[in-house]
Amino acid sequence: MKPYKFSNFLSKSESGPGDGGRTGSWRVLRPVIDTTVCIPSKTGKPACFNCWLYCPDAVITKTIPPVIDYEYCKGCGICAQECPANAIEMQDESQFAPKEK
Amino acid sequence: MHMIESGNVAAATGVKLARANVIAAYPITPQTPLTEKLSEFVAAGELAAEYIPVESEHSAMAVCIAASSAGARAFTATSANGLLYMNEQLHWAAGARLPIVMCVANRGIGAPWTVWNDHQDTISQRDGGWIQIYANDHQQIIDSVIKAFYLAQTVSIPVMVCYDGYILSHTYMPFEKPDQDQVDAFLPPFTPENMLDPDRPYNFNTVTLPDVRPDIHGQTAPGYMEIRHCLHQDMRGSIQVLEEIDKKFQAAFGRGGHPFVEPYKCEDADHVVVCMGSLSYHFRDVIDLLSQEGLKIGVMGVQLYRPFPEKAIVEALYQKKSIMVFEKALSYGNQGALYADIKSALYPCENRPEMKNFILGLGGREIKTSILVETVRNAVKHTAASDDHPMWVGLKCQE
Ligand code: SF4
Ligand code: SF4
Repeated sequence: MKPYKFSNFLSKSESGPGDGGRTGSWRVLRPVIDTTVCIPSKTGKPACFNCWLYCPDAVITKTIPPVIDYEYCKGCGICAQECPANAIEMQDESQFAPKEK
Repeated sequence: MHMIESGNVAAATGVKLARANVIAAYPITPQTPLTEKLSEFVAAGELAAEYIPVESEHSAMAVCIAASSAGARAFTATSANGLLYMNEQLHWAAGARLPIVMCVANRGIGAPWTVWNDHQDTISQRDGGWIQIYANDHQQIIDSVIKAFYLAQTVSIPVMVCYDGYILSHTYMPFEKPDQDQVDAFLPPFTPENMLDPDRPYNFNTVTLPDVRPDIHGQTAPGYMEIRHCLHQDMRGSIQVLEEIDKKFQAAFGRGGHPFVEPYKCEDADHVVVCMGSLSYHFRDVIDLLSQEGLKIGVMGVQLYRPFPEKAIVEALYQKKSIMVFEKALSYGNQGALYADIKSALYPCENRPEMKNFILGLGGREIKTSILVETVRNAVKHTAASDDHPMWVGLKCQE
C-alpha cells in the first residue's frame, strides 16, 4: 500500500504548562502565596503542596517555597481554594499591570 | 462456506469474522436481528467480544467511541431515527478519527412514523465525516463489513455499511461465507498509534483553539481548522486505499473489483440509470426489458457515496446522452443528494449529459418493475430541457 500517512493531525496534547496556549492572559485574579503562612515555606519541610497537586495547568512548582508561573497561571483560584493554610490570596490582576504613562 | 440467510445475519457473520472486540447496540427495526445474532454469538462463546447493551443509540455510539479510543475494534448498528439519535456522537467519532464500523439497515425517517425502507436516514448523515458504503445484496453486505474494518483502521475514519431495510435485511439469499483463516490473513490486527494508554498519557479532543498553538515541547500543534482539513484530505485519500483493499480482497476471495460504482450494460449505452443499494440490482431487469426494445441503456449502482468517487463517476458517465438518477431520499426543497453530487461532478465536462432526477420508494412505497420500465421509457423519449425539480415516481394522489 502506498505509504500515505493518515491522521497526522489529531487534537492530541500532553498535560503541562502552556498546553492550552498563553493562558496567563486570561487571568483577572492573581494567586499570591504568603510565604509566612504557607506550610512548607514556614517550616522548611517538604509538606502539603496541595496547590502543586491541584493546579489544573501544572504551573506551581513543588519547591520550598512553591513558585507560580504567571505566564500560564489562568487565575482559576483552585490553588487558593485547596490551600489548607489559607496562604494564597486572589488579588486583583489590574494592580500588577504596567501603569500607562 | 455457502449460506442461505438474511442480510442481517450476513452482516453479523462479517462482524464475527472480523473479530470485533466491543459491540454496543440498541435494537431498532429493521436492524434488530443483526444485534440479536451478535449477542447470540457472544453468549455462545463463538465471538470473544464484550457485548454492551445500552439504553439508547446515543449511548451505543458513545460506548463505541470509548472502546475505539482504548484500542478495541468497535461495532454498532442502527436504522432511521436511531441513527439520528446518534448524530452528535457520529460527528464526534469522525472528528476524533476513530475507526468504528457501523451497519445501517436503511429505513425511512418519522414523522409520519414508518418502519419501511428508504435512504433518508444515511443520506441525512452525508456530511458528518463518515465513509459511506452501500451494499446491493447479501454477498456485498458480508464482504463490505470485512473490508470496512480494514479501511477504517487504515485511514482512521469510521465507516458506515448501508443496506436496504427489509429488502436486504430480512430477505434470505445465498452468499459465500469466507473462512475464518482467510479473513484472519486478510485483515491486519488493529494496533492504533494514538489510543488511551496509562503508560503514555495524552489528552484527546479537548478544547481546540481557533488558531494553531505551541505545544509543551514548543512544536506547532494544529488548530481546529487544520484538524478538520486533515479529515477532509484523508477522506479523499481513502478512495485509493479502498481500491487497494478491494484488490487485496479480490485476490484472497475472488470477489469485488468495483469498489466505487458497479455498472451494468453501461459501456455502449446512450442512457444510464444511476441509483444506490438493492435498487441498482432491481433495475437490471428493467434494463434487460428496455434493451430488448432496442434502447441502448444501462444502470450504475453507486457503492461508495462518501468520499464521493468523482473520477469513477465522470469516467462512467461523461459521454452519455442522458443520466437518470433514481433516489430513495432527497434534500427537501431542493433535489436528490446523489443527483446534485453527480451533476456537480459532471459540470466541468464538455457535452454534459442531460440529467433527470426521480424520487421513489419513500417509506417503503412499492417499486414495481413495470412502473420503472414506463418511467424510463418516457424519460428517454422526452428529451426536453430537464427541470431541476425531481419527478416523483408512483405518487397515487396529490393535493
Ligand atoms: S490560580 Fe492557582 S490553580 Fe489556577 S492556574 Fe493559577 S496557580 Fe494554578
Ligand atoms: S497549598 Fe498552601 S500551604 Fe500548601 S504548599 Fe501550597 S501555598 Fe503552601
